Amino acid sequence: MAKKKVPEINASSMADISFLLLIFFLVTTSMAVDKGLSRRLPQPLPPDMKLEDTETKIKDRDIFVVKINSMNQLLVEGKEMNVRELREAAKEFIENPANDENLPVKTQEEIEGLGLVEYTKDHVISVQNDVDTQYQAYLEVQNELVAAYNELRNDYAMTRFGKSYQELDEDTQKAIQKMYPQKISEAEPKNYGGNK
Amino acid sequence: MAKIRKSEKKEMPALNTASLPDIIFMLLFFFMTVTSMKEVTYKVRFTPPEATELQKLEKKSLVRYIYIGTPTEEFRKVYGSETRIQLDDAFADVSQIEDFIVRERESMDEDEKNLMTVSIKADKDTRMGIIADLKQALRRAYALKISYAAVQRTSY
Repeated sequence: MAKKKVPEINASSMADISFLLLIFFLVTTSMAVDKGLSRRLPQPLPPDMKLEDTETKIKDRDIFVVKINSMNQLLVEGKEMNVRELREAAKEFIENPANDENLPVKTQEEIEGLGLVEYTKDHVISVQNDVDTQYQAYLEVQNELVAAYNELRNDYAMTRFGKSYQELDEDTQKAIQKMYPQKISEAEPKNYGGNK
Repeated sequence: MAKIRKSEKKEMPALNTASLPDIIFMLLFFFMTVTSMKEVTYKVRFTPPEATELQKLEKKSLVRYIYIGTPTEEFRKVYGSETRIQLDDAFADVSQIEDFIVRERESMDEDEKNLMTVSIKADKDTRMGIIADLKQALRRAYALKISYAAVQRTSY
């Protein structure tokens, strides 16, 4: 008996079908990667602790106060300021290059991987905002402060190692982070004459 | 003598398209793996604020989202135009956030629990009052890693 040939399946429509699927996925999905400004919240306070106890004694020169009012205006260390000038002001505060009396104390300390360095160990940046502050304004301030830290770290990496901060290995990055610790504190929200 | 032969209507050989489906399937699988479906239907409308020092959110499975904005057109009638919080697919109150975080954390693997990141997707015109409340709730729930969702600023 003659072997019957199995008829070949016509696969020419396969391409069309898969094209259809492809286009469906292209349309329904979004390539956008989520990006954001990463922050870390402080530990919650024990419930029996009073708010006043948290305000430990920090010397006046070690603290950098940024206040944002309900009109999104900035008051930095008692002076009005535009948000675009904040980065430079924050950098000068954190670095204290001229060893100014009014800027934070510099301490010498041994950091593994960097040796003996002088840095402002106890500085704190305090951000205070109003209930009615706009989110965009708040985020801009946070952004500028983070940018100040990032630029300082990068500058240091450049002068010390000749590489950008991103190119350094993890241990060195950690060491530089220790030298420029991000200390952005946010005041416990206060309710100014609210009706809660 | 060589003769230039006038081609006797030579037919163009049919293009072999047998590998076309494979190529398309490859593309399809590529897109299927790299893209993600929209995780929820938005009930609030928000335009993210702009910033420059942005970091990518690494593992999608570790991220939980909280949306803040004004209700979209269809929910205006019921919920008004006040700024509201959306958790998963429903409107929520600040008091529900702690429960939400605890519940979400329960469903995660043991070793990933403290790596959970909460991404706050808030409208840029939101007042800080609601965000301060939200942050206090997150602190109480020990969800300390947060990320303020924003888009890259292109110009000042």
